[in-house]
Parts: sequence; C-alpha cells; structure tokens
Amino acid sequence: MSSIGTGYDLSASQFSPDGRVFQVEYAVKAVENSGTVIALKGKDGVVFAVEKLVTSKLYEPGANRRIFNIDSHVGMIDSHVGMAVSGLIADARQIVEIARREAANYRAQYNVCIPLKYLNDRVSMYMHAYTLYSAVRPYGCSVILSSYDNVDGPQMYMIDPSGVSYGYYGCAIGKAKQSAKTEIEKLKLTNMSTKDLVKEAARIVYLVHDELKDKNFELELSWVCADSKGRHEKVPELVYAEAEKSAKQAMEADSDSDTEDM
Amino acid sequence: MFSTYDTFSAPSFWQNGPSPGVIYNFPGSQTGNSHLFQHSQAPVTTATSIVAITFNKGVLIAGDMLGSYGSLARFRNCPRIMKVNDNVILGAGGDYADFQYVKDFIDQKVIDEQCLDDGFIMKPKSLYCWLTRIMYNRRSKFDPFWNNFVVGGLQDGEPFLGTIDKLGTSYEDKTICTGYGAYMATPLLRDAMDKNPNPTEQEARDLVNRCMEVLYYRDARSFPKYQLAVITADGVSIEGPLEVKQNWNLAHMIH
Amino acid sequence: MASVANPSFPDYSTQAPTQHMFSPYADNGGSVVAIAGDDFVIIGADTRLSAGFSIYTREQNKLFRLSDNTVLGCAGCWCDTLTLTRILKARMQMYEQEHNKTMSTTAAAQMLSTMLYYKRFFPYYISNILVGLDNEGKGCVYSYDPIGHCERASYRAGGSAGALLQPLLDNQIGLKNMQNVTNKTVTLDRALAVVKDVFISAAERDIYTGDKIMIIIITKNGIKEDSFDLRKD
Repeated sequence: MSSIGTGYDLSASQFSPDGRVFQVEYAVKAVENSGTVIALKGKDGVVFAVEKLVTSKLYEPGANRRIFNIDSHVGMIDSHVGMAVSGLIADARQIVEIARREAANYRAQYNVCIPLKYLNDRVSMYMHAYTLYSAVRPYGCSVILSSYDNVDGPQMYMIDPSGVSYGYYGCAIGKAKQSAKTEIEKLKLTNMSTKDLVKEAARIVYLVHDELKDKNFELELSWVCADSKGRHEKVPELVYAEAEKSAKQAMEADSDSDTEDM
Repeated sequence: MFSTYDTFSAPSFWQNGPSPGVIYNFPGSQTGNSHLFQHSQAPVTTATSIVAITFNKGVLIAGDMLGSYGSLARFRNCPRIMKVNDNVILGAGGDYADFQYVKDFIDQKVIDEQCLDDGFIMKPKSLYCWLTRIMYNRRSKFDPFWNNFVVGGLQDGEPFLGTIDKLGTSYEDKTICTGYGAYMATPLLRDAMDKNPNPTEQEARDLVNRCMEVLYYRDARSFPKYQLAVITADGVSIEGPLEVKQNWNLAHMIH
Repeated sequence: MASVANPSFPDYSTQAPTQHMFSPYADNGGSVVAIAGDDFVIIGADTRLSAGFSIYTREQNKLFRLSDNTVLGCAGCWCDTLTLTRILKARMQMYEQEHNKTMSTTAAAQMLSTMLYYKRFFPYYISNILVGLDNEGKGCVYSYDPIGHCERASYRAGGSAGALLQPLLDNQIGLKNMQNVTNKTVTLDRALAVVKDVFISAAERDIYTGDKIMIIIITKNGIKEDSFDLRKD
C-alpha cells in the first residue's frame, strides 16, 4: 500500500494513476477483519459455516447472526435462498434487505422464487453501484448466496465489495480465508453429500480459528439441500452437535500429532 | 348516466367546436374528464358463499370452486381457501382477481416472516385485524377489494373465527357465512349451535356438508365441487375437491 | 371519438342502473341509551350487528371503555366505528403518556368532537354517545352527530331506535309533559330499570335492535358491567 497518502484513496469515484480504486480495496480489508465464512457446494446441496466472533462474554448467545434467509417457498416447487455474510454486519444487513426486496419483487411479477443467477446479478449490480460515486462508500461486506432446487441442483455465488461475483464449488471469506481455501481445495466437493459437507465445514472453521487473537466464537451452520426439502435452514440440532463434536475431535487429534512430532 | 349521443344517426352539422352556452375544451388541453380515474369498480369473475363454523378443537371453512362470470358458470376449478400458516386459514368470496391479489400479498407477508426466522408465526387475530385495515383503507379510497374474507385459526389454542367485508366491516362469531350463505346456511348453523354449542369435528363436518348441499340446491351461482379446510392443533388440512351429495327425489313433486 | 370508446345504443338502453355503484357506508343498526345521575352514569347498547335483513352477529359489544371513567357507545356504520374507536384508543394512550394522567371525560368529549369534524367531508357515519363522570364527579352524557356537533345532556338515546326512544326518555327521565311532578333527580335503580324497559320497547318495534343489551354503570367506585337479554327475532 505504498500509494496511501497520495490523495487517490479519498473517493470511490476516482482511480489512482495505476488503475486502482482504493476505497474498494479498503472495503475488502473490512471483510478481512471479520470472522471466517465458508461455503461448500456438494452433489445435492450447499452448506454454510460461519465463525461468528464473540467479542464480549456479555452478549446473548445467538445474537447478530450472520446467516440469513432471503426467500422461502410456500409450495414445494419453489426453492429457498440463503445468504451468509462476512464484514461489517450493519452493511451486510442492508444487503440482506436488498436481496429480500429483489426476491419479493421477482415473486410479485412471476409468482415463482427468483432463480439464484438473477438474484446474484441484481445484488451484485447494486453493490457495484456503490463503488462508482464520490458521495457513497462501498459496502464493507462480502456475501455468499446459495439455493437448491430439483431443476438446477445446488447453486452458490459469492459477491465481494467491488460488486464482482462468481459461482463457486467452495469458497471462503473473512480473516482466515487463505488457510480455509487451502483446506477446501483438498476436498472432492462435487462427490460429497451434504452431511459430509457439514462436518468438513465445521472442521475447517475450528481449524482456521485463531485461538490466540480471538478467544470466543460461535459456530453457525446452515444448509440448503435435498434433505432439507430445498429449504434453507439452520442445520438440525443433532447434525450440528455431531459436526461440532467431530470438529473438536479432529482438532485434538491434530494437536496430539503436533506434540508427537516434537 | 347515459350519453344521449346516437351512434346510428348522421352526425350533427356543427362538430368538434364550441357549443353555445357551454365551456369549450380546447383540443389537447385535457381538461375534460378523460383523465379522471374511474374508481367505483364492479366485480368481474366472482365466487359465491363461504361457510364456516368453530368446533370444540378448531375451525372449519368451506367454499365451492366455481368462478362465475356474471351468470355464466365460467371457471370450474377456483380454489379460494388458503392456508396462511400452521395457525391460520383464510376463505374468500367475491371478486376472484382481488382475492388472488390479496393472497399473493399475504403469501409474501408469510415469507417475510419466515425469513426473519425468529420463531414467531402470525396468529389469526393479527391477520383479521390487518385485513380489516386493508379493506377499510381501500374503501376509503373508493377503490375497494370486492371480497368477503373469512379468517379461521387457533388464537393461543382457542378456536377463532372472524370475517371482513369490502367496507372493512368485521366481526367474530362461532358461525359465519357470506354471500347467499348468510341467508340460507346461517339459520341452519345457528339453530344447530343453539342445540349443541360445542360440536365435535365430525358434527361440524356434517353440518357444513349439509349447508353446502342446501346452498347448491338454491344458490344459482354455486357448484357441487367444493373445498373444506380444517384447522386444529394438529395443523391445517385443505380437503377436496369434494362432491356435494345430491338428492333430487323430491324434484318431481315440485311444479 | 368519445362515441367509439363509449358507444351508446339508445334503442337498447333502459332506465335501470347498469353499474354497481359502490357506497362506502353501511347501516349496521344498533341503539345506545345513556342516563346520567348526580353521582353515576349508565349507558346501554344492544349487541345486534346487522345489515338489511341479515343479522351478522348477536354478540357484538358496542360500548368502548376509553378510560376508567369514560365509556363511548357507538351505533351506525360498523367499519367506521372500528376505525374511530381504534384511533381514539391510540389518542387516549398518547395523552396518558404525554401528560402522565388519564384524560378527563370532558376532554375526551371535546377530542371526539374534533376528530369527527376533521372528517367533515367524508364523515364517520356513527351516532356516538359518550358518558363518564365529570371533574366534580357528576354523571355526564355527551351526544354527537356524525360530523362533530357535540352537546352535553343528562340523558340521550341514539342509533337506529334513537328517534323512538328519545321521547320516552323525555317523559320518564326528563319528566316532560307531566303534571304535579317535582322530583327531578333520578336514582341509579330507576335509571337501570328505565334503560332495560326502553330497550325492550325498542326491540319490539325496531328490527335493528335486539338480542341482548350490554350495560355499563360508572360510579366513583369504578365501572360495573351488566347484560340483559332481549328478543332475538
């Protein structure tokens, strides 16, 4: 960041001479300060896992959730849409609200759930618009969208503060995204069942959690898959408990082998 | 109300110009009443009566599946009882398009609620009160939703039954019928409720089925195919299409 | 041009109206009677809600408690009643929270008048009677027309049988057109009996009044509620 202080980082509507928009890069930094969010797409569903950092013991459990429902279905033909967010939570909530409004608007016109591709387009265009003007700042959050239905199967997109979005098999955002991505790359995602994905996702969150810098965190797990009848929801308590248990076991096994090495 | 202008006669000699004693609207000035919004509408495709009753453990709502186009029995598969959520069911009579519009609105409300994911679900009194306000606001704009709504459900475990009309008039009762049902089914139901104020589900079903039969005999806008929604603590089921059991043995005696 | 958009065929026209004309009002009937005494006030309203020849429900309470010593009785267009009383309730609460005290009956009476007149050109079609104890503890009755005219009286009948019952009250409570009577104050027992009697009479002659009456009695000791069956046909 040698260009800091050159005056080109004050506005989102001005390029620096080497073709960068600093305000957007700073927004990305805001995401990198936040807890890690992992999303995995398997053969019949998408799983979200969030490392929700708890900065004070005085907070109630379950507050400030980072996984949201965007659209849900009334009949069985429709799909559900879920969203996991990383970055400034207040910014992210506004994106959630926009996504819900777009989904409602699409449903009002066509009486079906919005296809994730279109929702992704609309939300990313909205986020991109906030990187174009001097009067606004970009959103300090990245969001991941997921859905499942019988026709298109599992789908997942990630949008970053610049408004760029891609479809992914697996992605990670937040603090430990690098080490999380390394772990994700070891998996054969396309063959994995949702149950296995939940375990892997929980394991990775526990693995990449930095015990020294951030003491407490809550693990949030959600899925949208064939097993949940295309519904995006928190994973059932039983599945959650099992995933958390095996994640902790994996951690212990890991630290045991570490000590043996020494 | 009627223009006396005759389409078939020859046009008058002096056209499109000022007439004596009348203020002239210059062409293009748009000061005529052509830009006035026409408010008072009339229903187009309509549905007839709704019959509803509370019983000891819940509520029953029935309505036939005919969409009438004036006196033409035009659409024969119009479901008009909806499940709102596990707590609430809703039946509607009157204009079918208005019902579908309101239905989509309510569906979106339920989705918004599910998205919040706070474990709260709407109770029947809330929907009843909300619909009353919606209907009253539209009537105050002279642009009413041309419907009768019947809201049924469980309010904190107790059966609830209420209705709202196109003006926003609303009331609760243990038996409610709209349309011609108000004249023909209500007396049957009130009589039965006087004799047995707390019927079982089966007794209530028999009563409602009997009402649907009577209405089919006498209401010219009714239909023998109907739906029956039941809500209890076990949840909601919308049964149907059911068939009205008909008995015309008496018919030959009537001249 | 207009004839293309709206063609008319005089040969085929009739005098009968062809379009549903929407009326935003309904007459849902109901009667309210109130009598004030020196240290009490009593108000009664029937519980029949109807439209034309159809009885919507036999158990519709038309008395609204605005506070611990103010009650409003409404008859007329029920959808307007629902709306008005809901706004009134909100205004009573706002007053309570702003001023840290309950609104007096006299203040509520004036507020109701203002709220009705606010809708002067699209009125609430309701015949309102508001009762309570005034600042001196005396019973008071306020009656209104639909657009906010307000008058304090000591007894009043309103609603569908209002015109039928008022002369009866004039005679029995106001002691009008009677000779050799001096006692002008009415006792609670007498008022209660008269209220019941006049409603029995109203139910005989007015199809929009019947089923039951709800009665509220306000004294310095608080509110008491009572009910009384009328004929149901």
